[in-house]
Amino acid sequence: MTVRTPPMLAVRDLHAAYGPIEVLHGIDFEVAAGQVVTILGSNGAGKTTTLRALTGRVSTTGSMFFDGGELAGRSTEAIARRGVALVPQGRGTFVGFTVAENLRLGAYLHKDADGVRADIQRMYEYFPVLGERQHQRAGSLSGGEQQMLAIARALMLRPRMLLLDEPSLGLAPMVTRSLFGMVATINAEEDTTVVLVEQNARLALEMAHAAYVLEAGRIVMAGTPEDVHDDEAMASAYLGYGV
Amino acid sequence: MRRINLADPATQRRVKALGLVLLLAVAVWLPTYYVPYRVFQLTTVLVYAIAVLGLGLLTGYNGQISLGHGAFYAVGAYTTAILMEAGLPYLLAIPPAAVLTFILGFGLGIPALRLHGPYLGLVTLGVAAVTPPLLKRFSGLTGGSMGLSVSKPVAPEWSGLANDQWLYYLVLAFAVATFALARNLIHSRAGRAMIAIRDNELAARTMGIPLARVKTRAFAWSAMYAGIAGGLSTWVIGFLSPDSFAVTVSIQFLAALVVGGLGTIFGPLFGAAFLVFVPNVSQNINDAAPGIAFGALLILAMYVAPGGIAGLLRTGWIRLVSATAPRPKPPPGAQPPPVGSTTPATPRAEGGLTVDAEQ
Amino acid sequence: MELFIQQVISGLASGAIYASLAVALVLIYRSTDIVNFAQGEMAMFSTYIVWQLLQNGAPYWLAVGVTLVASFIAGIAIERVIIRPVEGRPELIVVIVTIGLLILINALAGYIWSFQVRGVPSPWVARNVDLGGVRVGVSTLGILAVVALVVGLLFVLFARTRLGLVLRAAAENPESSRLVGIRVGWMLALGWGLAAAVGALSGILVAPILFLDPNMMLSVLIFAFAAATLGGFDSPGGAVLGGLIVGVTENLAATYVDVIGTDLKIIVPMLLIVAVLLLRPQGLFGHARVERA
Repeated sequence: MTVRTPPMLAVRDLHAAYGPIEVLHGIDFEVAAGQVVTILGSNGAGKTTTLRALTGRVSTTGSMFFDGGELAGRSTEAIARRGVALVPQGRGTFVGFTVAENLRLGAYLHKDADGVRADIQRMYEYFPVLGERQHQRAGSLSGGEQQMLAIARALMLRPRMLLLDEPSLGLAPMVTRSLFGMVATINAEEDTTVVLVEQNARLALEMAHAAYVLEAGRIVMAGTPEDVHDDEAMASAYLGYGV
Repeated sequence: MRRINLADPATQRRVKALGLVLLLAVAVWLPTYYVPYRVFQLTTVLVYAIAVLGLGLLTGYNGQISLGHGAFYAVGAYTTAILMEAGLPYLLAIPPAAVLTFILGFGLGIPALRLHGPYLGLVTLGVAAVTPPLLKRFSGLTGGSMGLSVSKPVAPEWSGLANDQWLYYLVLAFAVATFALARNLIHSRAGRAMIAIRDNELAARTMGIPLARVKTRAFAWSAMYAGIAGGLSTWVIGFLSPDSFAVTVSIQFLAALVVGGLGTIFGPLFGAAFLVFVPNVSQNINDAAPGIAFGALLILAMYVAPGGIAGLLRTGWIRLVSATAPRPKPPPGAQPPPVGSTTPATPRAEGGLTVDAEQ
Repeated sequence: MELFIQQVISGLASGAIYASLAVALVLIYRSTDIVNFAQGEMAMFSTYIVWQLLQNGAPYWLAVGVTLVASFIAGIAIERVIIRPVEGRPELIVVIVTIGLLILINALAGYIWSFQVRGVPSPWVARNVDLGGVRVGVSTLGILAVVALVVGLLFVLFARTRLGLVLRAAAENPESSRLVGIRVGWMLALGWGLAAAVGALSGILVAPILFLDPNMMLSVLIFAFAAATLGGFDSPGGAVLGGLIVGVTENLAATYVDVIGTDLKIIVPMLLIVAVLLLRPQGLFGHARVERA
């Protein structure tokens, strides 16, 4: 008999609303430690809202139990302090600051200067182009480079869980593929749990261990990538095309 | 007894009309009862009310912040005084003041088109700050720091009134006229354009509203009101000096507008009453007490009652209306709707100012 | 010629005073996007505290030091308690709150210390120094030195320290700052605290010249606004330069343009503000505001 280890993240009956408009109608999902879980769905399904809920930027009811503590009701800063890092849609780069400064800001919570410096070097190894541009103003980087910077900045937090909000948005397919490859590598090497929200289902399913499909604020499908892949009817209805 | 249904628009109109008539009747009765000093205070309230109403047209209904209306007030006051000194009958000394301030308001409204929010506040603050030194500088015209004295209007024989009462009724006539005019303006197409610009300038522009024209006109009307009020203040007080038109006057007008009720017609009346009576009462405590009261009230009002006194009254009125409205018959088996769901008008969502386009 | 140079130098001194209040305005604007109409009154109140401490026998530098710290704390408190409830609300509401604060602080000072005009002892020796043929007051040099020192310290803080980096980040992008764990609310409050301390300095420096009364800072505020507008409301360096330019221009105009004289000096900053806002709204060094649809 296998002992079931508790999931790193357990979301139960999560409702989220913008003022009087409810967008998430009670969703449940789990993420096991070290997994890459992807949440798919069409525009407006509530994917970004889910990540907003996890980082305390939208009013919620329900439970989001992460790594032994409840996230619900906590401020964004407090959630960051618990080791949850978000790569937001639109990257959220500090555009007026250099690449190096962005990374230093990402490491705000860590006081060990040597460790932070080592982390920065590691980021430059993962993303060499960032190393080349370290003193360049972040706002002058290309879309793909900014996305790399956003991921690197999030990693500087030394997160237990990394959330990514549609990282493929606005990027060329090749760039996206290499980016996703990086994320998979990071997940493997650093054992970071990853929650990947994506519209680009194909790429996301390639690297995920588990998948959920969100539609109009509800989970309509859950399983392994193969399950989603195989259920073609579902797939084309909710993901827009034959997967 | 037939139940009064306040939710019915016809009943509402009747009640409001009755209220206005009552208000007018009380206003006419007041000077017959009170001593001259009180009457003087009430007249001052009316004068300030006109000025604050003018500011309200610009800031409350058009969204342009002005910290400089004391300047128009001063121009109106001095124009009237100078003309009266030159021999013009006092009644004829007001229209020129009105015209001059209208033009000046239009003139200031043009550069104001390029300024928004706090920046406009800054520039108008500067205009207010420059006014006393300018008045002192042109002492040949204005009497400089020594000030200007005029003989206050005297009640004619046929009226049988005392001087202070005559003045009061004159000013009351002006107040009624200006308030009625303002109400008509707000309900007209021009008024709706002003409000649309206040709420969302970009949307207003896309709807085809001529921004420049509406905004400069709003400035002009608003300045004219302040100018008329200034002229009337010359009648009432009889003495002007540059220091009585310092920056504080402009700030007080804005404070009165906010406390009374931004974006309402009657707010300025409440605000003006505040301006006159709060210092009067609190000055017994300490010279600085009025300022403390005003400052604290302004801040608190922004937290809990951005609609000012008028806004609070309106909320009370809405509650009253919903309490007396007949409950609609629920469909069989359904829950009765909660109280308040039949209110005809709802206050704006949290975060904005309570707007009252119909008062 | 000597008159000209003297006027320029004394203009620089008054400009330095405007600059320090302008820097305070810009600090707050950069961190919270608010134009703080009460900045001058806050500075005035701090100056009264210095005066009170001096009255109670404290040595000058101790009085100033204590007041600067107290102003810093007061600035933080004001942001957390009074401004925070209206942060994010429409501009008009925030402007009215700062105006309410202006009225309140002005009246409070009048209540505690009355509206009587008071003299404040000058910390500078009443002597003149000869600088290459031009006689300059020690006070002028002293003011310039103090403001330069404070601005220099601020520059080091913002450009070279971790705290400065974090403060700048919180001001530029509060959302992303929260995501990395920065307590943005407290950073904003810190900005207000720094601004209050720097603004207090302008009041303390100007009091021996203008004499202390609750309305002392109203005109200085207008000059400071002109300086901040000229420099670009989001540039502290611009505010300093703007302050110096305003000070010199005001002095020269008062001396050489007859129609202005000393009592209409306040027209100079007014015209400057209008000119800048109409011709180049972002000032000399600010960044053009992008109209958000």
